[in-house]
Amino acid sequence: MSSRRSRSRQMSSSRITDEQINDLLTKLQAVLPEAHLRSTDRVSAAKVLQDTCNYIRSLHREVDDLSERLSELLANNDINSAQAAIIRSLLR
Amino acid sequence: MDSENSACGNPNPNPTLGPSKLMLAFRFLRALSLVHRTTPASSRTCRGRRIERAAYASMAYSAGTGRGWSRAVLRRLHHRARRRAVAPRRLSTTAGNRAEALRQLVPGGAGMDYCTLLEETADYIKCLSMQVELMQGIVDSSSSYGP
Repeated sequence: MSSRRSRSRQMSSSRITDEQINDLLTKLQAVLPEAHLRSTDRVSAAKVLQDTCNYIRSLHREVDDLSERLSELLANNDINSAQAAIIRSLLR
Repeated sequence: MDSENSACGNPNPNPTLGPSKLMLAFRFLRALSLVHRTTPASSRTCRGRRIERAAYASMAYSAGTGRGWSRAVLRRLHHRARRRAVAPRRLSTTAGNRAEALRQLVPGGAGMDYCTLLEETADYIKCLSMQVELMQGIVDSSSSYGP
């Protein structure tokens, strides 16, 4: 673990500390699903990165899938009812 | 075609506040209208791809140019026609080369230092999940009230 400190040194005079990295990892973990189930002390970098990658992949898949479904909707309805649907979803 | 980008309007002037859901919806809706108008009814796959690009474009425009990932998304969309393989940018060795898989998932991730990457990832996830929520909401509303 101590070897990470020298590897993470940047060109500028300020050194990135493990504390800063841990802080960023904690903030990242907070935007992942089921964040409230996890402890807020020292996070495992590998676990957070793994969970993050999996989550981003699943979000990309969802965008892909939802784009197809929206394409179907545009084909079947006219654009006005799609617009009405958007406004309805915003007002909820 | 740049139509998906032009429909999204000007980038968010207040990137530090984060995109508002309303602005995101407005941009996406405009892009969706344009896709509907300009895509022939028969080409369903093409329309699906254009909707997906509209989703990323409106996401990136809403986030503004203050974010590395949104700039990378907009660059990618504008250069789509060239279809050139992107050479990985050489990282400064002092910054380290951690989190390879993550760098490939976050737009512009390859050239970022580790700390920037972590910050950008958190912001990217927030915007991406907001976009997914928006699209899911549209689909849900259409299903309940549609013909």
